[in-house]
Amino acid sequence: MPAVSKGDGMRGLAVFISDIRNCKSKEAEIKRINKELANIRSKFKGDKALDGYSKKKYVCKLLFIFLLGHDIDFGHMEAVNLLSSNKYTEKQIGYLFISVLVNSNSELIRLINNAIKNDLSSRNPTFMCLALHCIANVGSREMAEAFAGEIPRILVAGDTMDSVKQSAALCLLRLYKTSPDLVLMGEWTSRVVHLLNDQHMGVVTAAISLITCLSQKNPDEFKTCVSLAVSRLSRIVSSASTDLQDYTYYFVPAPWLSCKLLRLLQCYPPPEDGAVKGRLVECLETILNKAQEPPKSKKVQHSNAKNAILFEAISLIIHYDSEPNLLVRACNQLGQFLQHRETNLRYLALESMCTLASSEFSHEAVKTHIETVINALKTERDVSVRQRAADLLYAMCDRSNAKQIVAEMLSYLETADYSIREEMVLKVAILAEKYAVDYSWYVDTILNLIRIAGDYVSEEVWYRVIQIVINRDDVQGYAAKTVFEALQAPACHENMVKVGGYILGEFGNLIAGDPRSSPLVQFNLLHSKFHLCSVPTRALLLSAYIKFINLFPETKSTIQEVLRSDSQIRNSDVELQQRAVEYLKLSSIASTDVLATVLEEMPPFPERESSILAKLKKKKGPGAVSVNELEEGKREGGELNGGGERGGDSSAIASTPSPSADLLGLRAGPPVTAAAPSAGSLLVDVFSEAGVNDDGFLRFVCKNNGVLFENQLLQIGIKSEYRQNLGRMYLFYGNKTSVQFVTFTTTVTCPGELQSHILHIHTWNSLEPLIEGGAQVQQVINIECLTDFSDAPLLNIKFRYGGALQNLTLKLPVTINKFFQPTEMASHDFFQRWKQLSLPQQEAQKIFKANHAMDTEVLKAKLLGLGMALLENVDPNPENFVCAGVIQTKAQQVGSLLRLEGEGEKQVFSLPYYPQSFNRKNCTLAVSLEHSL
Amino acid sequence: MQFMLLFSRQGKLRLQKWYVPLSDKEKKKITRELVQTVLARKPKMCSFLEWRDLKIVYKRYASLYFCCAIEDQDNELITLEIIHRYVELLDKYFGSVCELDIIFNFEKAYFILDEFLLGGEAQETSKKNVLKAIEQADLLQENNNTSCSMGLLLS
Repeated sequence: MPAVSKGDGMRGLAVFISDIRNCKSKEAEIKRINKELANIRSKFKGDKALDGYSKKKYVCKLLFIFLLGHDIDFGHMEAVNLLSSNKYTEKQIGYLFISVLVNSNSELIRLINNAIKNDLSSRNPTFMCLALHCIANVGSREMAEAFAGEIPRILVAGDTMDSVKQSAALCLLRLYKTSPDLVLMGEWTSRVVHLLNDQHMGVVTAAISLITCLSQKNPDEFKTCVSLAVSRLSRIVSSASTDLQDYTYYFVPAPWLSCKLLRLLQCYPPPEDGAVKGRLVECLETILNKAQEPPKSKKVQHSNAKNAILFEAISLIIHYDSEPNLLVRACNQLGQFLQHRETNLRYLALESMCTLASSEFSHEAVKTHIETVINALKTERDVSVRQRAADLLYAMCDRSNAKQIVAEMLSYLETADYSIREEMVLKVAILAEKYAVDYSWYVDTILNLIRIAGDYVSEEVWYRVIQIVINRDDVQGYAAKTVFEALQAPACHENMVKVGGYILGEFGNLIAGDPRSSPLVQFNLLHSKFHLCSVPTRALLLSAYIKFINLFPETKSTIQEVLRSDSQIRNSDVELQQRAVEYLKLSSIASTDVLATVLEEMPPFPERESSILAKLKKKKGPGAVSVNELEEGKREGGELNGGGERGGDSSAIASTPSPSADLLGLRAGPPVTAAAPSAGSLLVDVFSEAGVNDDGFLRFVCKNNGVLFENQLLQIGIKSEYRQNLGRMYLFYGNKTSVQFVTFTTTVTCPGELQSHILHIHTWNSLEPLIEGGAQVQQVINIECLTDFSDAPLLNIKFRYGGALQNLTLKLPVTINKFFQPTEMASHDFFQRWKQLSLPQQEAQKIFKANHAMDTEVLKAKLLGLGMALLENVDPNPENFVCAGVIQTKAQQVGSLLRLEGEGEKQVFSLPYYPQSFNRKNCTLAVSLEHSL
Repeated sequence: MQFMLLFSRQGKLRLQKWYVPLSDKEKKKITRELVQTVLARKPKMCSFLEWRDLKIVYKRYASLYFCCAIEDQDNELITLEIIHRYVELLDKYFGSVCELDIIFNFEKAYFILDEFLLGGEAQETSKKNVLKAIEQADLLQENNNTSCSMGLLLS
């Protein structure tokens, strides 16, 4: 096209842009810009009214300056003035400025909306389009409020120009995305759906995006679009390449519309109407056939457009997952692309095959490409393509090819890009666990993983291998032998030392018969790594040493000497020092029997979902899609983590892995009472769901607000309010550090029967996964008490702090007494009712010693905090307290009476507690009260 | 589509179009990060990459990179052709477009984009129709042009 007009020659603007381009330095540029800004400001402020052209020019300059990355704080008003110009180009610049630089200055929004309203009703199609573009570009809530009602009318009106319809459709889509509540299609629904039949391809192309988005939210209302979309698609697919004139793109008829149609169909299941379905299958087959035809052009645009449709068709085939024939054809087609010379196609084929691998119909077909994919992993030059190959290998893995795939992934890890190592490590760990037929292979694989990519092996991975070794006695000897050998390496990764220390501490005896790995050799080997390790690992090693003393009495003196050395017993780290002191003491005063009990072998871990899997699930991407599949496979096949296999876990309650115990379970042993509370978070068993911290819980029996939990990292505050059987709890999570917490997630669970019918908990707002250092975020939980309950809901908090996973479970302080409604009653009434309640299940009595000397006022406050009415002058004995209240649950209301009798010097209380029907629950309440006194 | 960026080999941003609400600060951060990532890639690498939870589709024309961010379920290849069609539109409008045209007539580049894509979706894919809409605006204007001497985008 010769000499097209290139704007209306804003000479001043061109000069200014040239000036900027000629600036030699950033400073010069800023100087020039400041000069220009001063000039424009003076023009805008000047007495002389500016003509439209000048105004346009200056607004355009401001826009240019803003787009260069500088702040603009004036000119908005002049831009708004341009909107009401009747010169198109002035209006256009005004709208552009508003679209790019809108701010929520309410006064301006009103003026802008006014101008838009005028243009929308101008019946001048070009003005209408400008106004619609502006709404679509800004898409603010204020605009939705002003125009969401008007635009559907414009969209479906018979006399609206096609170009305006196109803009209106997409404008509405944008408003729907920002404010779905304001965009109500209602009566227009069917007319909007019928835009799919419009003669103008452009209208269909624009409208279908709107219809797809609306269908996702309200599939039923829009389901008639399915048959319309199929017939439209069928007409396009079967048209000759020139039929559609300007909508043919490099010999491909309407590629954008075809993709959008196929995308719309993915919002629905396969059509039920046989004829529609037949027609659609025909279309899909035609698309697959065309892929085999020789290209009509050598241009990459031709093949891209054609393949865009092909990939979208394959997505639809995978979405339906019901036509084995099409699935296998799709897979073969992708197989061809795997070896295509276009990198883009190889990438997309790998990506698309990942989803095919999870279909039962095509899983086997995908597997036939394993060699090609492995080759891609080894030879692709682009890391993003290699990543796709690794994802696909993960997705196509099953029992038959697991060893090969895991081996390939391990060898790839040695050279893998740093950015994907952690994910690769997780994937290898999961595959190795899931498809382990013999556990020695599993142990080898994980140790290899640590050797090759130790830095990327997260805690979950090495915790998991220990968990599995503990639970499987057939692999323990092998594991001990293997870690012993691995530790021989002069430089081994700290994670290896952790696993080695733990396993030898537990099972070193299984290899101690061999003089090459005698107890002392084992100890010396471990201790040779000690000084190179970080504090948490050293702490773990110290625990391994005390386990050694129990396993091998002959090492006792050597180890005691180590513990006694200044570097241990006077270590500046309080945790290490404490361990050294306590272990030393334990080993010297406890009898062999006591030692054997305290330091007994760890009992099996309870079976639970692999936390590695949970971690990978959080990662997005096609590789994660198949995680669900994997889980299913696991339920059928693997029992790797068979917790119960070694028989009852009645063994030694004392060493059952307890909430905050470290992996070696030492702290649970009675003689070691005071392990440091700080205990390096590393050693908290991240697997343990039983790891409930209820220190804070009991304090909340008699109060509703306060700090539930606090450590060096995190503070959790609570504010709660209850009315009848409903409650609302505000949780405040405060980051006490200066570093952000990432992947911060909280889940509230109701264990056991609490979940099914006792307490209904609804989390109100979800949290951002990130808490900045020093920041606090809030979460609201709604609680409904359906019927009586005794357990408390659990709050689990997970986040990463400086790379380390923090996992914390707390009891939420929701106790039955929160639903008390105080009831006043006179002395006479009280004792009459008291006497009526004489059946054993109607009363509970508890005698306990108060934790503190009680002062009457404190006691009163606590009883009031319990939620009942404190009845004054009812009990003849002033030392006694009586209370009455009604517990409100959704199912019933239960009256309760309470009498607290003090004895002696208020040290001992007896607490007869008389609820009418709560039998075993009343004890809970009594116990709670006891603790809080 | 969530946004489209045009930037030069030197990392200078030439056009930015955002289809999701983001703060200026966030926009600058994204731009910086993406320009860096894309410029670091070698010529024969594939045109797609995962970035945060989005897919980036980019292509280089002469001295300019065209870069789109699309969502998980969006089609990469068709997005690549969206870029190409936009370049064709610019080329047809300016007559052998080059980077300078886009610098000096940045407002036109935005107008053409608005006719072609709206709210991140293709509004009108016919080249003829898009240009018709743009030319209507130019009808009243005097002809005036500057010659350009840089490498052509489409060659």
